[in-house]
Amino acid sequence: MRHTLAVLVENNPGVLARVAGLFSRRGFNIDSLAVGRTERPDVSRMTIVVEGDDRVLEQVSKQLHKLVDVIKISDITPEEYVDRELVLIKVHCEAVHRGEIMQVADVFRARIVDLGRKTITVECTGNDGKINAFEEALRPYGIKELVRTGKIAMMRGTRFTSVSGVRDED
Amino acid sequence: MEMTVAQALIRCLELEEVDIIFGYPGGAILPVYDALCKAASIKHVLVRHEQGAVHAADAYSRATGKVGVIMATSGPGATNLVTGIANAYMDSVPLVLITGQVPTSQVGTDAFQEVDITGITMPITKHNYLVKDAKKLPSIIKSAFHIASTGRPGPVLIDLPKDVASETIKFTYPEKVSLRGYKPTYTGHPAKVKEAAKLMMNSQRPVIYAGGGVLNSGAAGELLQLAETLTAPVTNTFMGLSGFPGEHPLFLGMLGLHGTRYANLAVTNCDLLIALGARFDDRVTGRLAAFAPNAGVVHVDIDPAEIGKNVQVHVPIVGDVKQVLQAILAHLKKKDRTGWLEQIQQWKKEYPLTYGSGGEKMKPQAVIEAIYRHTRGEAVVTTDVGQHQMWVAQYYRFKYPGTLISSGGLGTMGFGLPAAVGAQIGLPDRLVMLITGDGSVQMNIQELATLVEQKLPIKIFIMNNNCLGLVRQLQEFYCERRYIATEFGFVPDFARLAGAYGIAGYDIETLEQLDKMLPEIISNPGAAIVNCRVDASENVSPMVMAGQGIDEAIDC
Ligand SMILES: Cc1cc2nc3c(=O)[nH]c(=O)nc-3n(C[C@H](O)[C@H](O)[C@H](O)COP(=O)(O)OP(=O)(O)OC[C@H]3O[C@@H](n4cnc5c(N)ncnc54)[C@H](O)[C@@H]3O)c2cc1C
Ligand SMILES: Cc1ncc(C[n+]2csc(CCOP(=O)(O)OP(=O)(O)O)c2C)c(N)n1
Repeated sequence: MRHTLAVLVENNPGVLARVAGLFSRRGFNIDSLAVGRTERPDVSRMTIVVEGDDRVLEQVSKQLHKLVDVIKISDITPEEYVDRELVLIKVHCEAVHRGEIMQVADVFRARIVDLGRKTITVECTGNDGKINAFEEALRPYGIKELVRTGKIAMMRGTRFTSVSGVRDED
Repeated sequence: MEMTVAQALIRCLELEEVDIIFGYPGGAILPVYDALCKAASIKHVLVRHEQGAVHAADAYSRATGKVGVIMATSGPGATNLVTGIANAYMDSVPLVLITGQVPTSQVGTDAFQEVDITGITMPITKHNYLVKDAKKLPSIIKSAFHIASTGRPGPVLIDLPKDVASETIKFTYPEKVSLRGYKPTYTGHPAKVKEAAKLMMNSQRPVIYAGGGVLNSGAAGELLQLAETLTAPVTNTFMGLSGFPGEHPLFLGMLGLHGTRYANLAVTNCDLLIALGARFDDRVTGRLAAFAPNAGVVHVDIDPAEIGKNVQVHVPIVGDVKQVLQAILAHLKKKDRTGWLEQIQQWKKEYPLTYGSGGEKMKPQAVIEAIYRHTRGEAVVTTDVGQHQMWVAQYYRFKYPGTLISSGGLGTMGFGLPAAVGAQIGLPDRLVMLITGDGSVQMNIQELATLVEQKLPIKIFIMNNNCLGLVRQLQEFYCERRYIATEFGFVPDFARLAGAYGIAGYDIETLEQLDKMLPEIISNPGAAIVNCRVDASENVSPMVMAGQGIDEAIDC
């Protein structure tokens, strides 16, 4: 099963290497990892999507906890949460197909961000199901280049992940 | 007060009450060594290879309970530390290592003697630091000692660029560390403690499986009390040996691949396995499905990641063994037990540790027994890795906690000699012995010079079988006796080598000779090398073959 972990870490140099190294060394499979700073400059947040059964997940979480720079881990999979991913896709596009591709983009509420002589670049956000479907829809035209950010996620409602744990709004 | 970072570093070490540093200098760490000149309370031990410094500090730490401190220069100095760091990491030994680094402006340029030692040691340190901001040095040192010595102990490395070492800072040493991502748990959860106590009181066939964590935690007294209260037999892991008195009637010896049959049978047949500071290592469990198959498992460990890692646990207790045992003991009443103990007694009678008596040559097992007879468990024993190490585990009966110092998790040949140096420096008044093999001792034999320079009266027993015995044993059983690269075409004359270092050398061929010489060897004030020519055909027995359960050991 796939799990989505929200991991708060010290914004220290090397912290990404520590986390990534741990996953590869212990043979845990990362589906995606997205990292960036949070509302606090000294704290970064990683959203890690990892594949594994409950036992693997327990080890992932316990081993992550052993890293001194890891402050908090929450497995938000069982929670109600919003998740988003951004993708940029550069599609091969002859003039005759332009309208068609723009229509596809419309259906997915994607945006055209660049036009080349024979290419069109679109941006789309959504959960990974939507992004996958969008990619499939464009594949027949010829995808030249594709880049995904990896998923970021946040719990819905008043619950939130903070340095002191998963909490309800105080 | 204003001072250079190098001076501040030494000041921090003084405030941490460091009295010994094991190290080896070089260009990048020059400023730190320069600052060390003025530190009257810190002694520096110059080893002959950086690996030796780490093993010595490791054993010093195990012998004294203090944090071991190591210094080395950048590049090759730092990479020479790596095996020692991995060794300490696997055996949970608290160390602080300080390495010099090329100046900040050159970091990342493949400069002379530059290696990314924080990158290299990430998987084998509990934590590490590259000091970029001079002002942070004191708090880094404070944190390093805290992280190394608390929770599950381990090595922490600090890489200090040469230019940073020479910067000037205003020195203040923080009183406290604040690490929001690091908060070890010491006290067991009260509900779990109660549950464990109840299982213990109700169990018919309990076995206590006690590991290195008991020694880390200083819980040997509580362990003894637990065993005697429950009248429960105790088996030690290799790392746990010396945590329970070797002569105690409830003691089963070591379990695992080279464990006693009765320990392994007791574990296989128990209804409750009480795991204390032990990590269900593969050398211990053999085939997992056959390990304590009918037992409930109580597991006490300070590292939550060890609980449930290899086996399913019924009562997990995260905490310090000593504190948890104290809490559990409060719920227990003295329990007598006959049937289970009789069964164990019968196994002990039926399957004692044995070795052959034939042949002309001295049996290595008999050498260990003789050393035990003459020291009565009063010695601190360091070993190397191989057959001799397992024979020490089987035939030397440890009396006091911490009197076996050996490389368990990494199994590092070459650990023994520098470890003996570190142990003797930490325990100047104790009898320190090294029991090693002719292979292992040659891996860090340069440390004989350190031993002599430091005037250490270490007794070195070389179990000389002219081969890499344990690997030869593997070839016998796994490769149909196709021996390759395990027999030495040349072995130095160790007794004469002793002469070259100005210490006593002995050549021993028979048990009678050994028995006669041992009192002299032990009571002489100086160091000695005792070359024991032993029967090379002996194997470590019993042995559990790969993929087998621990109750399926073979005699060999
Ligand atoms: C050639 C060779 C053969 C070997 N054969 C065997 C064998 O037959 N049998 C055997 O047992 N070993 C054997 N070993 C050793 C083996 O490799 C392991 O090192 C050993 O089994 C691990 O011991 P341990 O489980 O006690 O764990 P250790 O490595 O000592 O770990 C200690 C455990 O205690 C925990 N801990 C630390 N401090 C505390 C505290 N204060 N409170 C609570 N918990 C704490 C730690 O988190 C860890 O889980 C062999 C080694 C070699 C080199
Ligand atoms: C650094 C290192 N290299 C290789 C090994 C593999 N190994 C394990 S035991 C052993 C033989 C040890 O020989 P010796 O020290 O003579 O001891 P003996 O087994 O003969 O008692 C070897 C090569 C190891 N444990 N460590």
